[in-house]
Amino acid sequence: MPALIPTSTSEAPPQVAARKPRTGYLLLAPGMGWLAVFFAIPFVTLFITSLQVPTGASGVYAPGFDIANYGEALSQYGHLYIRSFIYAGLATLFALIIAYPLAYFIAFRGGQWKGLLLVLVIAPTFASFLLRTYAWRTILADEGPVTGFFNALGVLPEGRILSTSIAVVAGLTYNFLPFMILPLFASLDKLDPRLIEASNDLYASPVTTFRKVVWPLSLPGVVAGTLLTFIPASGDYINAQLLGSITTRMIGSAIQVNFIQFRDYPIASALSVMLMFIILIVVSIYIRRSGTEDLV
Amino acid sequence: MVESRKVEDLHLRNLTKRFGDFVAVDDLTLTIPAGSFFALLGPSGCGKTTTLRMVAGLEDPSEGSISIGEQDVTGLRAFKRPVNTVFQSYALFPHLDIFENVAFGLRRRGVKDIKPAVEAMLELVELTPMARRKPKQLSGGQQQRVAVARALINEPEVLLLDEPLGALDLKLRRQMQIELKRIQMEVGTTFVHVTHDQEEAMTMADTVAVMNEGRIEQMGAPADIYELPETVFVARFLGQSNLFAGRRESSGSDSVTVAAHGQQFTIPNSRNNAPGGDVIVGVRPEKMTIVDAGDPIPDAHDRIAGRVVDVSYTGVSTQYLVKTSWGEEISVFEQNDVVGDQSAVGDSVEVHWARDHAFGLDGTGTSADDVESAMPVV
Ligand SMILES: Nc1ncnc2c1ncn2[C@@H]1O[C@H](COP(=O)(O)OP(=O)(O)OP(=O)(O)O)[C@@H](O)[C@H]1O
Ligand SMILES: [Mg+2]
Repeated sequence: MPALIPTSTSEAPPQVAARKPRTGYLLLAPGMGWLAVFFAIPFVTLFITSLQVPTGASGVYAPGFDIANYGEALSQYGHLYIRSFIYAGLATLFALIIAYPLAYFIAFRGGQWKGLLLVLVIAPTFASFLLRTYAWRTILADEGPVTGFFNALGVLPEGRILSTSIAVVAGLTYNFLPFMILPLFASLDKLDPRLIEASNDLYASPVTTFRKVVWPLSLPGVVAGTLLTFIPASGDYINAQLLGSITTRMIGSAIQVNFIQFRDYPIASALSVMLMFIILIVVSIYIRRSGTEDLV
Repeated sequence: MVESRKVEDLHLRNLTKRFGDFVAVDDLTLTIPAGSFFALLGPSGCGKTTTLRMVAGLEDPSEGSISIGEQDVTGLRAFKRPVNTVFQSYALFPHLDIFENVAFGLRRRGVKDIKPAVEAMLELVELTPMARRKPKQLSGGQQQRVAVARALINEPEVLLLDEPLGALDLKLRRQMQIELKRIQMEVGTTFVHVTHDQEEAMTMADTVAVMNEGRIEQMGAPADIYELPETVFVARFLGQSNLFAGRRESSGSDSVTVAAHGQQFTIPNSRNNAPGGDVIVGVRPEKMTIVDAGDPIPDAHDRIAGRVVDVSYTGVSTQYLVKTSWGEEISVFEQNDVVGDQSAVGDSVEVHWARDHAFGLDGTGTSADDVESAMPVV
């Protein structure tokens, strides 16, 4: 699969490979420097913090090697990881379902309006994340028309939307939708419409053409879009806090509370480090699977 | 490959395609006989691809109908038509390997046991070792062969080929031409082959249709069209022609005499397509012979005096450019089969040809300058 990662350096022409390797490392230096400043240093700091020990004074910790921080974090907040991943997974799924037809429409039917339509897609992000989420409180309010409508249908188990998991997932879906649409659009826009014609010419109905040609060719966009939605959504706490209740808290909320309110930096750091690792594992399994999947 | 199956004629009736105000295909009516190799020949932008797309079902006609035998397919969706296309741009599926590209049509129709069929097809186009490669890893010529194989394996009633050999080098092109022709005779499918290479059209096709600005100018067996073009466009587009605009002077029982530039030319009635008095006399360059001024000229030949302005030796033949007294440059191709001196630049010569080789075109509404100054389209 044409994945996100550039592949096959092995096919480089021999004269490039024969060049002195030192030049190659030198060329990597800017990238390495960037990684060091923006990734390695913050991560190492975070990791060191996660092993610090309390001194008794609030918010002051001594250097140490306290693995127990991790055990404590996990026993207290383990269930929040599961809930976060369920919410983020659902939001990703809904975003994909909403974004795909939209991206398809813009790519193939957008014509001269393509640029404008794309601007409209990202326009909501011009307003602050916080504001937009607050706005959803009004939209989903108990006395609001949305809740009224669904209550009339009798489909709401708790009789309300706000402060339930439905609201949190809806908020996550909405907030990360542009990050799903853009990569999907990019890969669909690259798709040569003549391939669709060729498929039609070769006895594939529109549905089959979608399954056998359009979908596999848009997979890089699907993978990128789902990652760009899933990863930030699983660490998010704004939606859970503004649209949910105490029973819908996500792991991001726990990290935030520990950091800001309890000033328990080691626990907050341990939670963050674990979140990163779990996401890393989930994502690499996901990329691996979508890479080797038989696309035929 | 299949044994001879029942293939049916393809009929286009009043087929028209408009893009806004622009008429890309203009009231096309023609029948392509079952099992024939039909070439659609014409300059860029004359509507060849648009015609094929309408037959394939990828473009809706603005007017007219398409039928295969008795079945009207005008309203049938592309994927339901017994028609396959070899696209001008190949349009191979980049995510599938060569084997799967070729197998695509068979899989969609639920054909069982497709492996032997695909392998035989790959064998036919000499791509067996490439079966597991992706299209991007093939050369342009190889990709084109995949495109041919991918369409042909479905044994359609009609195979549409949109300049399938455009990207090949000359040798491979000739080879593929012979190959395509052989396959066509073997499977008995109707081939509609679009090209702007006149030689390709003439060597491969049973019938050639010359298209210009959305219309068919002339249609027929390659030799017939070449020997007796009916319009100035065809005379120019298919090979080269020397044209002289004149007026009919007298009509005999089997020939007409035309006066042009103070000279008289004779055309057999059977070869005169001019309905009125304005006649354009046409002669193919290879039908002309060049002699020194004053040399005897055979009976029943017409002649023009002039001066040689260019000589190019091409091996098999020598091509002369002769300037007439009224300033027109005419081309003469001579076989290099005579020993001895040839004409040189500056020589005063006479060009002559058998009257039976001349043809007459309708000259109504065209001035002598229009006809004679335009460079022949090669
Ligand atoms: N979708 C379209 N919209 C507008 N005009 C079009 C469209 N498709 C084709 N045309 C016009 O119709 C005319 C015929 O196009 P077509 O592709 O059939 O030419 P062609 O004979 O195949 O030429 P070539 O030899 O260059 O492939 C062209 O002038 C082209 O610009
Ligand atoms: Mg074309």
